Amino acid sequence: MSVMKRVTLIFRSKANKALDKYEDPRETLDYSYQRQLEMLQKVRRGVADVATSRKRVELQMNQIQQQSNKLEKQAKDALGAGREDLAREALTRRSSAQTQLSDLQTQYASLQAEEEKLTVASQRLQSKVDAFRTRKETIKATYTAAEAQTRINEAFSGISEEMGDVGMAVQRAEDKTAQMQARAGAIDELLASGALEDVSGGGPRDDIQAELDRMGAGNDVELELQKLKGELGSGSTPELEAGPPGQAQPQSTNTAPPRTASSNGEQAFPAADVGESALPSAEPPRTGDGT
Amino acid sequence: MIIRILGEGQLSVDDAETTVLNELDTKLASAVDAGDEASFRRALNELLAQVRAVGKPYPTDSLEPSELILPPEDASLAEVRQMMTDEGLIPG
Repeated sequence: MSVMKRVTLIFRSKANKALDKYEDPRETLDYSYQRQLEMLQKVRRGVADVATSRKRVELQMNQIQQQSNKLEKQAKDALGAGREDLAREALTRRSSAQTQLSDLQTQYASLQAEEEKLTVASQRLQSKVDAFRTRKETIKATYTAAEAQTRINEAFSGISEEMGDVGMAVQRAEDKTAQMQARAGAIDELLASGALEDVSGGGPRDDIQAELDRMGAGNDVELELQKLKGELGSGSTPELEAGPPGQAQPQSTNTAPPRTASSNGEQAFPAADVGESALPSAEPPRTGDGT
Repeated sequence: MIIRILGEGQLSVDDAETTVLNELDTKLASAVDAGDEASFRRALNELLAQVRAVGKPYPTDSLEPSELILPPEDASLAEVRQMMTDEGLIPG
């Protein structure tokens, strides 16, 4: 059977079900007008809901884009440091982020289209509702209940068709939004899991950065070592040799009495040992003088 | 005559266009019967494109009902099937 005729028939029979509710057909006008206003509210809410979903997707797109940029930079850093393995890992994650991003872009476009459609539908319904209100007042003022019926049917058929259309558009938009919210939830989970790395976190989950940082810290240690070695070469050797007291002291273990004496008299010495290594080393000669 | 494309609004179409529209409608119907998604999509797009090409937008503040009502452009085959039965998507 013809699709056009079948759809028209079904649509019309459903749209007209709202008719013939009241004994005085003029009451039906007011009742219908209330329903029209409700439908206007509904479609405007629909626009707002879709806009909210669209903004959420936009936010996620920004987050993933940032992560993708960060991963790209990490890949460069890693390669610069000669770590091809890390660079490869970063690029693998970046490619996964790019896939998510293009999926989100599709969703974004779809939500945007839905938002525009609903906005236009809302405007269309608004102008029909306005026309209906005018017609309603005319009918109520001009015709008796008996006369009004034909006029009312005329006014109704157009508006109820529009209501059916807008109602369906809102329903379809809601279904789509619900689907996308489920997917947006999945993306949020993905972001939280660190599979794409959480830029805002930047913490323990970000193992590539951790590795790069470790390598950075390693370089610092090397630098410090070089510096220390430099100081070793130029500074006064005797003082530095006396520096590690742990090795200097065993030589003075032979002189047991003075050591116990010093620990009895001045407890602070062994504790401050590390910092003031020069002082204990100056002590033995003095005790030697005493004996 | 007035034709409504669901989700888009009403268009005023010359009665002389009916023959072409009926042909496209027949193609759409057989695609729906066959359950062939690709040819369904093609036929629906063709039909709607034709209506848009020959139709002029009808004033939005009119309360005239449409003579023909066509499925929305992004309707799936399953949705159109539903719209052809009583349990369709169309709110009562």
